[in-house]
Amino acid sequence: MSQPLEHTTPILSVSDLNLHYGAAHALKNINLEMARNQVTAFIGPSGCGKSTLLRCFNRMNDLVESARIDGSIRFDGAEINEPSTDVISLRRRIGMVFQQSNPFPKSIYENIVYGLRISGVNDKATLDEAVERSLKNAAIWNEVKDRLHESALGLSGGQAQRICIARAIAVNPEIILMDEPCSALDPISTLKIEELIEELKSKYTIVIVTHNMQQAARVSDVTAFFYLGELIEAGGTRKIFTNPEKKQTEDYITGRFG
Amino acid sequence: MNKFWKTGEPYVLATGAALAIILVMSLSLVGVVMTNGLGYFWPRALVKFELKDGTSALGQIMEQENNPISGARRLQLKVANRDVFGQDFRWIDEKDIASRTLPGDAVLLERRENGNYFGFLQGITTEGLVLTGVTPYEQLLQARKLVAGKLENTRTIRKQMSNLNSNAERIRLKLLKLEYGGQEKNASAITELTAAREKEMAEFSRLNEQASATMADIGKITAQFSDATGGSKDISLTEIVALQRPNSMSFVAKCGAYLERVRELLLDDPRESNTEGGLFPAIFGTVMMVLLMSVFSLPFGVIAAIYLREYAKDGLMTRMVRIAVNNLAGVPSIVYGVFGLGFFVYGIGGSIDSLFFPERLPTPTFGTGGILWSSLTLALLTVPVVIVATEESLASIPKGVREGSLALGATKFQTLMKILLPMATPGIMTGLILSMARAAGEVAPLMIVGVVKLAPTLPFDTNFPFFHMDRKFMHLGFHIYDVGFQSPNVEAAKPMVFVTTMLLLAIVILASSVAIYLRNRMRSKYTTSTF
Repeated sequence: MSQPLEHTTPILSVSDLNLHYGAAHALKNINLEMARNQVTAFIGPSGCGKSTLLRCFNRMNDLVESARIDGSIRFDGAEINEPSTDVISLRRRIGMVFQQSNPFPKSIYENIVYGLRISGVNDKATLDEAVERSLKNAAIWNEVKDRLHESALGLSGGQAQRICIARAIAVNPEIILMDEPCSALDPISTLKIEELIEELKSKYTIVIVTHNMQQAARVSDVTAFFYLGELIEAGGTRKIFTNPEKKQTEDYITGRFG
Repeated sequence: MNKFWKTGEPYVLATGAALAIILVMSLSLVGVVMTNGLGYFWPRALVKFELKDGTSALGQIMEQENNPISGARRLQLKVANRDVFGQDFRWIDEKDIASRTLPGDAVLLERRENGNYFGFLQGITTEGLVLTGVTPYEQLLQARKLVAGKLENTRTIRKQMSNLNSNAERIRLKLLKLEYGGQEKNASAITELTAAREKEMAEFSRLNEQASATMADIGKITAQFSDATGGSKDISLTEIVALQRPNSMSFVAKCGAYLERVRELLLDDPRESNTEGGLFPAIFGTVMMVLLMSVFSLPFGVIAAIYLREYAKDGLMTRMVRIAVNNLAGVPSIVYGVFGLGFFVYGIGGSIDSLFFPERLPTPTFGTGGILWSSLTLALLTVPVVIVATEESLASIPKGVREGSLALGATKFQTLMKILLPMATPGIMTGLILSMARAAGEVAPLMIVGVVKLAPTLPFDTNFPFFHMDRKFMHLGFHIYDVGFQSPNVEAAKPMVFVTTMLLLAIVILASSVAIYLRNRMRSKYTTSTF
């Protein structure tokens, strides 16, 4: 299942990335590459900077006023951190799913087509097609196809999270960032999302942050372990979980701290 | 004992008690207003007292109490007939009463002037009328019907006259404008308009004469009444607004009379310096002013709050503005009134007059109090409430929803318009409800920027341009103050104060209920359930 990093073309490559929140040094000299159509998992204890790094990829850290970023992140060869980067189109190409499912207070249908509508697509046939395609891809079509025009707020947590995934893939992104997508879900919903990630992999590159090491082991091809803002170790998932190079990684994985 | 305090039980009880006290206070306020207000229209019995000194009195029992000096039981009697007795009320000591009866033929007249008349019908001069009724009372009722028909005619004539009058006024203003623009240059137009105006005026005088003749005609029909003290009085039928014999009315008839009075209250104009008749102009003025106020304060408040919360950098300046906004809500309302007078009325209104209506000066058009300036002044007063409510509700939207929208490639503005504002609407509505309730009850600033005791015309009518923003208007709150404390006959006006208070309360409650209903509908649509 896992492949060595250097055999694939990186779609995202991070080099010498440092991020400060005011005086706090949140990410220290990160160097990492993520391969196309692979699932990369970020693991590590709370506060280790894995979510922060994820939010660098679609410039969500712009919203945090105190954040200061140095270093380079290249997406398909183009620099993300330039002021001239078109953040809007970047975010269309790199979708994101959040820890807490965040459906908009609209109908399921309007939730899915939100990304398309704001980019100016209003053709009914296109929208209908996009709704069906993304709901099917998010494996929730059968559950909601009869209530597309009901409010998305009435859905269960697991369903709402899959709606959010469908909403993210409706605009056809290249990468999907997932920030602990299952941490608020029950085991059955979690299982569904994990199966979904497995399927989505063929079309999209996925970067997932997770606290759940079993989950990282189950869904990812590559795993990166972070500790206190540093990237300790990255490599094929099987290797990280069975034969890590660093002692810290081994301690964390075996549950000695964290 | 110590353990009892530690459980926290006493504090729970204390909060419950506080709530109960507040409830009792508001309910008793509403209760007092309702009992005094609702009872006012019920036809009370006319009691005839024979006193031990040989005199008699006819009236309605208003109150019973112990005389504060002698300690004897006494009654307050409304004897009416203000023009005869000099006052509406008198006190009678219970020990002076020889007997009391309820004469079935005692008549209660509501007159156009001088308040009610209580007495007995003696006869009717049936000049020029063919009446089939046998008893004088039947004849009187019949005559009233005939007179009412004729009065209806004069009313239509009066309506025509008022239209002619407003046409003539419009022509006069046009003339003024032309004359101001240059006498020679517009000479032909001026002559033309003068002729048109003269035509209108001639038609007006013709109708006026016709109406006066009819009125004089009807005025001759009178009825003769005698009161309990033996005096007699001729009363013209045009003077009589309503007529009843409360002692011989059935329950159903009393209910009918009650509903008729309620209708009059809601739909008719006031009489007798506002102490009698209806409240329609005041109701209309209050509602229109509150709506106009909302039209001004809602957009301003929401836009200001959006800037403060979403776009302004959170620095010293923003904090100062926020503190200023909060303090603005605590400024005494009369200060707003003075500001409105200086800034809106004299400043802006005066400028509008000298720019657009110079020909009418020195008569002000917008340079005097009016409904527009009143609404703007109150909008200023209530805008902090809207700002604070909007800011709060924008701040309470979960961060995730905001980020979710941005992460899909929405701009900040798109997120605001499509997600944040709809989600903030319930909170904004709450602010609007509070500001509407405050505006409806505010009197002090209005007294200097546009409210009057009696407005001859409504600020909205069928004459172009329909909304007359420059007009002065009547307001229920001011009505309470005016009728209750400024009228010459305060005791007789007291029930009207309660009725007006009740109506004002009802309007505020109604407006709030509608807004709360809308808010709850939106809330159920836009709030996230946790499960």
